[in-house]
Order: sequence, then C-alpha cells, then structure tokens
Amino acid sequence: MRALGRRSPRRAAGPILEVGVPIVLVTLWWAWSTRAGMIFFPPLPDILRSFRETWLAAPAGAEVLPSLERLGVGYAAAVLAGVGLGTLLGCSEAARRSADPIVQFLRGIPPPALLPFGILVFGIGDPMKVLMIAVVCLWPVLLNTIDGVGGVDPTLRETARVYGLPLVTRLTRVILPAASPQIVAGARTGLSLAIIMMVISEMVASTNGIGYSILEAQQTFRIPEMWSGILVLGVLGYLLNGLFVLLEGRLLRWHRGARALEGA
Amino acid sequence: MNTGRGLPLLEITGLAKTYGEGRGATRAIAELSFSVREGELVSVVGPSGCGKTTMLRCVAGLLVPSGGEVRLRGRPVVSPPPEMAFVFQDYSRSLMPWLSVRDNVELPLRHKRELSRRERRIRVEDAVSSVGLARHLDRYPWQLSGGMQQRVAIARALAYQPEILLMDEPFASVDAQARADLEDLVLQVQAAYGVTILFVTHDIDEAVYLSDRVVVLTRPPTTVQETVSVRLPRPRDQVSTKELPEFARLRAHVFRGIKRQMAAAPEPEAGTSGGRLPGELEARESAATGGQ
Repeated sequence: MRALGRRSPRRAAGPILEVGVPIVLVTLWWAWSTRAGMIFFPPLPDILRSFRETWLAAPAGAEVLPSLERLGVGYAAAVLAGVGLGTLLGCSEAARRSADPIVQFLRGIPPPALLPFGILVFGIGDPMKVLMIAVVCLWPVLLNTIDGVGGVDPTLRETARVYGLPLVTRLTRVILPAASPQIVAGARTGLSLAIIMMVISEMVASTNGIGYSILEAQQTFRIPEMWSGILVLGVLGYLLNGLFVLLEGRLLRWHRGARALEGA
Repeated sequence: MNTGRGLPLLEITGLAKTYGEGRGATRAIAELSFSVREGELVSVVGPSGCGKTTMLRCVAGLLVPSGGEVRLRGRPVVSPPPEMAFVFQDYSRSLMPWLSVRDNVELPLRHKRELSRRERRIRVEDAVSSVGLARHLDRYPWQLSGGMQQRVAIARALAYQPEILLMDEPFASVDAQARADLEDLVLQVQAAYGVTILFVTHDIDEAVYLSDRVVVLTRPPTTVQETVSVRLPRPRDQVSTKELPEFARLRAHVFRGIKRQMAAAPEPEAGTSGGRLPGELEARESAATGGQ
C-alpha cells in the first residue's frame, strides 16, 4: 500500500513532465532565438528549415547513413569481440588477473589519441573509422564481461557441473545470462563512446558523415546548418539510447523482476 | 525393515579431506566410510562444522577428496556422474532466474539426446506436477516463495531421473510449515520415483523422520560415530510417526550421541557453546513434546 501510494502521483506526473518540460524549453528557445538576432545562435526556425533541407530532403540520409554504418559495424564488432574475449578471460582466475592491468591501461588512453596512429596505418577511409570506433567500445564491454563472467555465482556453476551441461549450454544458458546485467551496462557505456568516436573521426578525416558536415558547415559559415547537424546527433543519440533501453528491458526482464522482489 | 533393500549403490571408503598443507593444514574429514544401498534414504547428521557439506561435495564429485574414494555402482567418482543429481541448500542461487520454471527443469535434459522434444516435455511436466507446481510452469523462480523454489529444484533433480539424489541441507532456509511439507514431498517422490537419497541435515528430527538409516558424524577431524537404523513404519506421517515411542527413542539417541560429541569438544568450542548445544543443532519442540 505504502509503495503504491508513493508511486502513483509520480507515475501520473511522469508523462506530463516528460513531454511538457521539453515543449516549454523549445518554446523558450524559439522565442528567444527569433528575437535575439545573434549570428552564432540563429533563430530556431532557420535551424529547423536547414534540418529539413539538409537531413530530411532529397539525398535522403546521404550524410547520416555512412555515419550510421561505421557506428553499427564498429560497435557490433566491439561487442562481439568484447563478449567473446571477456568470456574467455573471465573463466580463469589467472587470465583475469594477468589481463586486468593491461586492459585497465589500454582503457586509460583517451581514444582520440589513437587517431593519428589509425590514420597512419589505415589511411582516412572507413576501415580506420570503424576500427577506431571498435577499439573505443571494446574496453568497457571487455572489462564488464570479464567481471560479469568471473562473478557468476559458484552455486550456479556447480549446478551446471552437477547436471553435466555441455560447454555451449553452459555458456548460453548459465554463464552469459548470469553475466548479462554487467555486459549490458558495458555495452551501454560503449554505445555513447562509439557515437563520440564516430563524430571525432569524421571531423578529423572524412569526406562525408555527420561529423564532417558539422565541421564543413562551420568552416563555410553556414551556422544554421551547423546547428542542424548538432541537432541530428542529439536526435540520433536519443533514438539509439531508446532502442538500447528497449532491448535491455527485454533482455534483463528477469533481472529487474528479481531485484524488485528482493527489495520488497 | 527398509534396510537391506538392495545392493550398495554408493560406497564411501576412507574418505578424507584436508585443507591446506604442512603445519597450517586443517583436517576437516579424517576418515569416513559408509555405504548407501539401492532405494535407501540415508541421512547424515553431525555437530556444527563437522564437514557434512564437504563430505557431500566430495561424494558428488564437485570436490576432490584428499584420501579415500567414492564409488557409484562400483565405478570411482571423479567428476559429477550422470546418474546423480544434487539439490543445493541455497535454492535461490541454484535456479536460473532468467529461465521459467519449465525451462529450469528442462535445462539438464536438453543435452540428453535420447529424449525427443515431446518426451522431454512430458518428463518436465510430470516432475513439476509431482512437486505440486503444475500451475506455475511458466512463472519465474523469483516469483515463487522459498519453499516453492526448492520444489522447483527438486523437480529439476527428479526430471533428470538420477539413480541417486544428493540433498545438502535442502530445507534449512525455508519456514517451518514449508519445511514439513517438503519433508513429506521427499518421502512421496522417493516412493514414486524409487530414487536413492543421501540427505545431509542438521535437524535430527528431520533425519529420523525421513531416513532408513541415520549416519551420525563426530566433530572434526570427522569420522562416523555410529549408524542408526530407523525402523519406523512407512508411509510416515508428520503427526502419527512423530508420536511413536520409537521415534522419540531414536531422536533422543541421536541427540545424545551428538551432545556427547559437543561435550567432548576442546576448551574454546566448549566455551562458546556454554554446555548447551549450538544453535545449529536443534530438535524441534513439537516432536519433543509429542514424543515424551
């Protein structure tokens, strides 16, 4: 009863706030920017027109698709490699211990610092960008997978042993699901890093993509277009995060359920 | 009456377990030998910390003993054998929270190639029904009470159709009513599935109530103090069986045996127990009043 009473007003207010606050803020921005007459903060209607023309009109997704492709391929490669390698390392205490300092060190290197190296070795083409994105995302996924796999409850492992579960079943039905809350958390961190790296790599060395467009618009003084590119990134980040939350909700339904009951 | 039902299924000979090496070594189990015959239900009780769980894990092939051996149908056990199932004390950590009851019970059957999908499903549903959870097949373990979760773990073991079922203090963390129900469930399914059971518990009443024989262990370094045959009639019943003078006699006998062990404990331990039995060792009141 108490929990209900505490939750219901918040639940009712939630959607109103979630929709209302952004509307208010956008309206304020609109009103202020149309009146302010500042060069670097063009009127919102101009930005939106540019948004429509640049990003939604004829050459549909000409700049967005290359970016998304790099992001998708790099991110997927990182998640696969991170989970695979992390599972391998996480299963053995010795491997875990010897890998830890190395992984921690590599993770500590700010990703853009690797760009000069990437360009040197792979040039400025897509492979370089995909690789850079993948390298950046790899660490959080890898570290969290190692942690998650290493932390699987011993009773669960013994249950798998007692019932003679074969390796594949053990991995797919016991170890990986048990580690999935941590893996998903790592993948989430990786996703935001991937978007950052995508933009940076496109700004430094590219002939297309969202990052390139933003920089190009700035350099040719098309300020509304520059802003519309930033807007695109915001929308993209929001949508990808939403997608991720949706996926996470399905994948970790059991986890939330179990946790909620534990707290009750 | 029930003893001597069959041939030895499980033989434990000279089992020893020492932790650590050299001067710092701790001898947990000195020497354990006993056997379990086919169709029997044997309980193992002993003073707190006597290595009951260690012993059971060695029997299961989860832990390598320092000496002696375990044989199942004459073959030495070095890793968990396929004819054996195990019910852990901590049911909440032994069931997979991401799998439904059905999938949890089915998990150990997935790699049994000789079973068709349909046979598997029937086995799962039979096992889950036999523990009284047919209505909960598609729920998740965390949606069930502790006692129900342990039922799921038992159903999983039954569906596996082992020749021998090892149970490690399976009811230690459920409430008293659920515990009595689960004890009766064990008796029921043992009759229905004809499975041999080795049952570790710290509850003397439970041991006497369930078993054909009770193996009483000494304190560490552990050996077998005595083996008590329980000749109470079956089917047993929480009320009428526990009213029998024979039940009272047996539980008193086992109780005294363990109490002697505790009294003989060296100074520091005797100090902590203060001459009374440690909290872990308890005879349930209902039985104490019902029997005397």
